[in-house]
Amino acid sequence: MIEVRLFATLRAGREKIYRFDAPEFETASDILKKLDIPEKEVAILLVNGFHSKPDAAVKDGDILSLFPPVAGG
Amino acid sequence: MEKRYIRSIGALSEAELLLLCGKKVFVAGCGGLGGHIIDMLLRVGVGEIHVCDGDCFDESNLNRQLLSDEDVIGKSKAETAALYARKVNSSVRFISDNVFLTEENAAALIEGCDAVIDALDNIAGRKILKRECDKLNIPYIYGSVSRWAAQAAVSMPGDGLIDALYPQTEITVDKSILPFTAALCASMQTSLCVKLLCGKNVEAGKVWFFDIDDMELEAFSVRT
Repeated sequence: MIEVRLFATLRAGREKIYRFDAPEFETASDILKKLDIPEKEVAILLVNGFHSKPDAAVKDGDILSLFPPVAGG
Repeated sequence: MEKRYIRSIGALSEAELLLLCGKKVFVAGCGGLGGHIIDMLLRVGVGEIHVCDGDCFDESNLNRQLLSDEDVIGKSKAETAALYARKVNSSVRFISDNVFLTEENAAALIEGCDAVIDALDNIAGRKILKRECDKLNIPYIYGSVSRWAAQAAVSMPGDGLIDALYPQTEITVDKSILPFTAALCASMQTSLCVKLLCGKNVEAGKVWFFDIDDMELEAFSVRT
């Protein structure tokens, strides 16, 4: 099982947490496509708490955390 | 110890308060984040505060910028900050520059500071500031906000944090910011700065993401 956690505005129209069967996906990008989240809307992508890129491989037991762009002041 | 700092004692020691009196901090920006940061640095008693901002107050600032009120619309943010500083804590040496941070002036603005606090509203400016902090070996206290979300971190020289968070300079950023989001981010940044200056553990490189809408705090490390 891969757990996907969405934060802030990425939750709009979606759940906070998704759980998917691992064999369905090879990379984080595959999961973004599944959730219909454009890559440009994800500023920070964590795999098991570490900053990663969309092409990062994912496997059973991984936790993905997705954050939107935050750059105001 | 001046009576103004008595209520800080306990959370901070007298030795730490004296230490802060000898420190110099640069705040880049006097807007949504900067106003609150400046206020808190003045009240905790950082000895010298240097700020810059080339902007003037606009009516749209009133929803969140602490230093803004109806009487200062159209006035310089940096100059307003200086007037505010004198009223809050006249014993702090406060230097304000009515300029925008640029590649040309960044080094001169931050030279000699013990810490630099990012209160900017654009990625390009953050990258310029971080580059100069790296060159001058100055810790950079990162912060940014959007809607109900705030994120902050202590970025030490050479850690590549800002480039990792913003691989692209031009991204579409939501400009909606609520006043409590700005105040929360400023609080995170100022507390990290004070802890850093006092020699406490600040878990440099860890990014703190606070979603006030769902009251959730996440912390993560940035791989560089």
